[in-house]
Amino acid sequence: MDIEAEVGQAGPKPRPKSPNIQIYRPQLTSVLSIGNRITGVALSLAAVALVVWLSSAAAGPQAYAACRGALGSLPGQIVLFAFTFAFYFHLCGGVRHLVWDTVHGFELRAIYLSGWAVVALSAVLTAATWIVSFQLGGRG
Amino acid sequence: MSRGPMRSPLAEAMGLGSSKSGRAEWWAERVTAIALAPLTLWFVASIVATSRADYTSFVAWLATPLASGLMILLLVALFWHTALGLQVVIEDYVHSGFKFVALIAVRLGCFALAAVGVLATLRIAFGR
Repeated sequence: MDIEAEVGQAGPKPRPKSPNIQIYRPQLTSVLSIGNRITGVALSLAAVALVVWLSSAAAGPQAYAACRGALGSLPGQIVLFAFTFAFYFHLCGGVRHLVWDTVHGFELRAIYLSGWAVVALSAVLTAATWIVSFQLGGRG
Repeated sequence: MSRGPMRSPLAEAMGLGSSKSGRAEWWAERVTAIALAPLTLWFVASIVATSRADYTSFVAWLATPLASGLMILLLVALFWHTALGLQVVIEDYVHSGFKFVALIAVRLGCFALAAVGVLATLRIAFGR
């Protein structure tokens, strides 16, 4: 970048701005960063579902059956599958952040390696959880 | 913000510290995250294992001291972590007056949901 030209025209010409989210090409690092937040917000809804589920069990067999019926329906199973992926994604991403908190793994190579590990692990763990769940013959 | 023409922006920024009470929230988010890693994995494994269970056997499982104890720990850590996480999201993206409404709603909602979840677990644990 021609710094002298930039400084010389500081007046009328608009200064270059920092990368804007709308025009910035998505990268693994940025997608995982916002992904960790999005899955975190999604898991808040899963936490609400957990309380509803526990409350239904405390309320009695009828309420519990209704709750299980909703979770066992096709939309319920799709939501549970999405929650499962969000959980593993947030867990793996969270472990990555905890490692960063110890000031390790900041080299570009390590960042991409751990990033792809988060993607692969959350996919594999989600699939494994549902395969085992179906093998045990249950729904959800 | 400005304390006078003689103070440079650097002078105004220095000595303020980084985040004041934010440090405790940052730390709590990590501590709850470390607690949640084993607790949530236990929860998912238990759900998968008991996915075929009917009401009676599910309640019998949750009524065991280990299951109800871990469930209560899970609920406390989960909603503590949720409250802190959602707070950061709101602080970063909501800049209108709605921000304070949202912050209060999240805090109170997480307290209430944690309380309801713990009460439901205790009710099952000590028999209905």
